[in-house]
Amino acid sequence: MTTSLLLPPGLALIAGGALLPLLGPRLRSVALLLAPLVALWLVWQVPDGTGLGVSFLGLELAPVRGDRLSRLFGTVFAGMSFAGGLFALGQARTSELAAALVYAGAAIGVCFAGDLITLFVCWELMAVASTLVIWAGGPEARAAGLRYAIVHLLGGVLLMAGIAGEVAATGSALFGRMDLSSVPRGLMLTGVLVNAGAVPTSAWLPDAYPRASWSGMVFLSAFTTKTAVYVLLRGFPGTELLVWVGLAMVFYGIVYAILENDMRRILAYSIVNQVGFMVTGIGIGTDLALNGAAAHAFTHIIYKALLLMSAGSVLFMTGKHKCTDLGGLFRTMPVTTICGIIGALSISSFPLTSGFVSKSMISEAAAESHLAIVWFLLAAASAGVFLHAGIKFPWFVFFQKDSGLRPADPPWNMQLAMALCALLCVGLGVLPAPLYAMLPSDPAYEPYTAAHVVFQLQLLLFSGLAFFLMLGWLQRTLTITLDADWLWRRFAWSVAHVATISVKPVSSALGSWRRRARVTGRVYLRRYHGPTGTLGRTWPTGAMALGTILLLGGYLLIFFTMG
Amino acid sequence: MRDRPSGDEHWLVRSSTIRRLWAGAGVVLALVVALDLVIDHHPYFGIDGTPGFGAWFGFGACVVLVLVAKALGALLKRPEAYYDD
Repeated sequence: MTTSLLLPPGLALIAGGALLPLLGPRLRSVALLLAPLVALWLVWQVPDGTGLGVSFLGLELAPVRGDRLSRLFGTVFAGMSFAGGLFALGQARTSELAAALVYAGAAIGVCFAGDLITLFVCWELMAVASTLVIWAGGPEARAAGLRYAIVHLLGGVLLMAGIAGEVAATGSALFGRMDLSSVPRGLMLTGVLVNAGAVPTSAWLPDAYPRASWSGMVFLSAFTTKTAVYVLLRGFPGTELLVWVGLAMVFYGIVYAILENDMRRILAYSIVNQVGFMVTGIGIGTDLALNGAAAHAFTHIIYKALLLMSAGSVLFMTGKHKCTDLGGLFRTMPVTTICGIIGALSISSFPLTSGFVSKSMISEAAAESHLAIVWFLLAAASAGVFLHAGIKFPWFVFFQKDSGLRPADPPWNMQLAMALCALLCVGLGVLPAPLYAMLPSDPAYEPYTAAHVVFQLQLLLFSGLAFFLMLGWLQRTLTITLDADWLWRRFAWSVAHVATISVKPVSSALGSWRRRARVTGRVYLRRYHGPTGTLGRTWPTGAMALGTILLLGGYLLIFFTMG
Repeated sequence: MRDRPSGDEHWLVRSSTIRRLWAGAGVVLALVVALDLVIDHHPYFGIDGTPGFGAWFGFGACVVLVLVAKALGALLKRPEAYYDD
């Protein structure tokens, strides 16, 4: 391999995104599908180790560094931007598609960044591009997109502060495994956790993602949180704090999704839930747990995209997104229904789907490390996933009641994208070997033992029974559920409002004084300095001479009386 | 979109089909629990190897989660337009 061939793989997507607005409709579609494939090819051209060394401000940078973990994430990111592009071919807003390609390219850039500076640059590029994807959702997305941008720029500031401290302390910007021994590393971890959607800052995700367009959320679900998972996997494996942060995310996602009415917000909460499983695995930190977290990120990106494509198809065909408005769509949308169910089974880790071969590794790792509480909580959460996403999403959207809606399945390209993802979900579930071969370390793990399969089937099927027995309690209402973002959307606003009210008497007094001063001031100026004013008008020369004489005379008088 | 006459019910939503689905589900649930009696277990914590553990644990977890969600909902649910005014 010559170094001249070593291009940063993300560059293909970023260049594609920059070109996209300049192309005509036909070429645009070609570029949208071609750029991810070129990126995928480039991902597999990167050799192990640091391939490209650059000096910048006295620091050694490594913009492209490859290993199995980088390639695993690079592969799924490039593949996902292809599937997302295929799904979004009919999206009229070129700005969304261009931003989505740049977004994907920046995410791949993070995965191959060998140093913290390159990582940070790609990180911020992701924040900007993803905000543009959200804003492409239309006027309703504007405020939420702004809130999203503020949270992510704040996370970026924490990350940058941490990086600066780390470089100052160690003199090196290389990105490798870290512990939590210093404040800068704590800042970095916090910045990364903001992007991972960790509790208590997770509110940005269900707030912003569901406002994106029918295709936008498919892209959004793949990159930001999973790049954070990648950085945690490489930077902070085995950090015990992450076990508890992850478990909090898992249960937060379930409880909020149970209360939610918007179908895409249900899926947004379940992103937090699934990333929680990965973060827990990273916190456990054994080889099996890290493999499990990496594998789960890979499978999750595919089945979550499938779920959001199925929800996006429903939104595209009906214009509706609330469970209370939907139902009974299985009659006329069979392809969307079947694909949605396959995605729902995968997210629930049903045997023979991709989620089963990845998530069970994390539980197994908890058991092998004798973390009893963690294992029981993960098992309870697995049941909860089936409840909040596995059954709830397909049931309320496609079955439930007859809403009277009779939409057809979406256009061929959207169906093809769903079929591709569904095929991968089942394929990886039946034949996990190719996925396992890409994992960071070689696992000695067999998912399909009788005990595993029977346990998982019992857990899921009885969760299903619980769902239908408690259906009355699960009926959706026209409500939202308050989250931590209440603090800045309502509380901070109220404080500002109260402050405004309490200074109002003072400010209104000041205002009337200023008004009066302005009026009297203008009258005064006109009287003395206006065209006919004493000081403004033209005086005869004699008056000037008289004035001078008077002044000098007065001066003489004072001089002699004082002297 | 096309409308169908209201009397033309899809076979999947007929009450006879739903009765059959419940019966079938009951058989499957019983089978899955019965399977526990014949397979090898490798429990890590003792209780996870007992027959039917996954069944009652999964069911119980869901009931608890729904109850927690109901309680939290009573506290935190707001009308959809809460942030709009």
